[in-house]
Amino acid sequence: MTRILHHIAPVLAVVAAIVVLWYFAAVILNAPWVYDQAARAGETVGLAELIPATMAQERPVLPAPHQVAAELWDTTVEKKITSKRSLIYHGWITLSATLLGFVMGTVLGMLLAIGIVHNRAMDMSVMPWVIASQTIPILAIAPMIIVVLNSVGLSGLIPKATISTYLSFFPVVVGMTKGLRSPDALQLDLMTTYSASRAQIFWKLRFPSAMPYLFTSMKVAVAASLVGAIVGELPTGAVAGLGARLLAGSYYGQTIQIWSALFAAAFLAAGLVALIGLASRMVNARMGARA
Amino acid sequence: MTAAAPKTDRDDLARTSGPVIEAQGLGLTFQTADGPVHALTGVDLSIGKGDFVSFIGPSGCGKTTFLRVIADLEQPTEGTITVNGVSPREARLARAYGYVFQAAGLYPWRTIGANVRLPLEIMGYSKAEQAERVARVLGLVELAGFEKKFPWQLSGGMQQRASIARALAFDADILLMDEPFGALDEIVRDHLNEEVLRLWAKTRKTICFVTHSIPEAVYLSTKIVVMSPRPGRVTDVIESPLPRERPLEIRETPEFLEIAHRVREGLRAGHSYDV
Repeated sequence: MTRILHHIAPVLAVVAAIVVLWYFAAVILNAPWVYDQAARAGETVGLAELIPATMAQERPVLPAPHQVAAELWDTTVEKKITSKRSLIYHGWITLSATLLGFVMGTVLGMLLAIGIVHNRAMDMSVMPWVIASQTIPILAIAPMIIVVLNSVGLSGLIPKATISTYLSFFPVVVGMTKGLRSPDALQLDLMTTYSASRAQIFWKLRFPSAMPYLFTSMKVAVAASLVGAIVGELPTGAVAGLGARLLAGSYYGQTIQIWSALFAAAFLAAGLVALIGLASRMVNARMGARA
Repeated sequence: MTAAAPKTDRDDLARTSGPVIEAQGLGLTFQTADGPVHALTGVDLSIGKGDFVSFIGPSGCGKTTFLRVIADLEQPTEGTITVNGVSPREARLARAYGYVFQAAGLYPWRTIGANVRLPLEIMGYSKAEQAERVARVLGLVELAGFEKKFPWQLSGGMQQRASIARALAFDADILLMDEPFGALDEIVRDHLNEEVLRLWAKTRKTICFVTHSIPEAVYLSTKIVVMSPRPGRVTDVIESPLPRERPLEIRETPEFLEIAHRVREGLRAGHSYDV
């Protein structure tokens, strides 16, 4: 019990500090509107009236934590998941594109890494292009991808997943290339003394050696993938998904809706990264890592 | 030879086809940024079947390089070398040797059993034969019962024994050992030396053993190759008169000390110019 407390106490302390700072910021940022309203009505507000007034606005500059929490509760638990106002409904739309893009990005990244490690021409030529691809702002290229794919009859999930793929293959290429090259000279010499084929060296040495690198880059990739899916939803005219919630919220000044969508995205990302961490631990245990 | 009937053909073949390893005028020069480094020059050496040959010399004398040339891990730049009568490359492709490195080099994600099984998987042995051989060679190196342990759960000496088992698992007639016990303490080393001799007697393999310990070289070998550095070359080849059966106590006998003395003299002669 005390051990759990030891782990949780620092986390709780940090969360508490953030919440306090957040309330403080909410008061300061939302106060001008309260003063403005009061001035128009020809009233004056004291501190006792000001503070509650900054925390109960419909469109605050910065919503207070309890407002966001209430909105999150209302749009997840209280609404049916088929409802257009349910965050779970929108979250699933984004999550499905994220997962598809993540799987495609991981596979693409692994294939490129395998090519880079085994083929001299690819080794010399691919990496600069991979790096160049990531210097293009995703916001600039996302609408193009949507338009191009739309013109060939692909819409909905695939274009968003494509943008996710575009962002998520990068960490996998970099990590996997490093991982496949991680076996030391002795381990490779051993394979040479057995006259092992390249395929055997790959499956019995390079691939297992790359596992820790792969899982680390997959954690980065899945978060990037979520960002890609959300960005991909922005130019689609705000139909559905967390990106659509963000866009609609900003159109109508619904700051509470924006913040709750942001939190939903953050929780989703944390959950995905945790899942990969779990998978990584399971694979590590099977590969004989020290407990 | 009745017990190992299928082997006799190969034994005859080896006897008729001459030495297992034969080098003539062998040289290897590495081109480095600081200019050429003569790792080996003018090495003439003949190793017969069933020999236990130690290569001894200070670091930089090319003993490891010579072993790596035999194993086709380095390419000589001059001279010729044959292994089982063919080029090192052909010998490697025919899986003619097992190699034990300075470090055990066990794959950490594989259990001890799976590490020993690795060459068998690569060489395409059947599942049943893999299991049978793994059990047999782990027994040979006294690691029976450790099959399911991971390398980190074993001591350094046990890991090195597992790596020897890995090199013994398949049917190579030659065992190349590159300072396999260099990183181990004296007591473990004595024990493993005895074990290596026992394995040698049992398996009748040709063993090439790199070391920089004089007692180790004299205790183990039928032939001691003394080498010296800059450029790496052979300065003396000593045929040991010691019997094949060697208890540890043999190291206190006058014959043993005499050979050790000759090795030391050889090392000193090769080294004289930079002392």
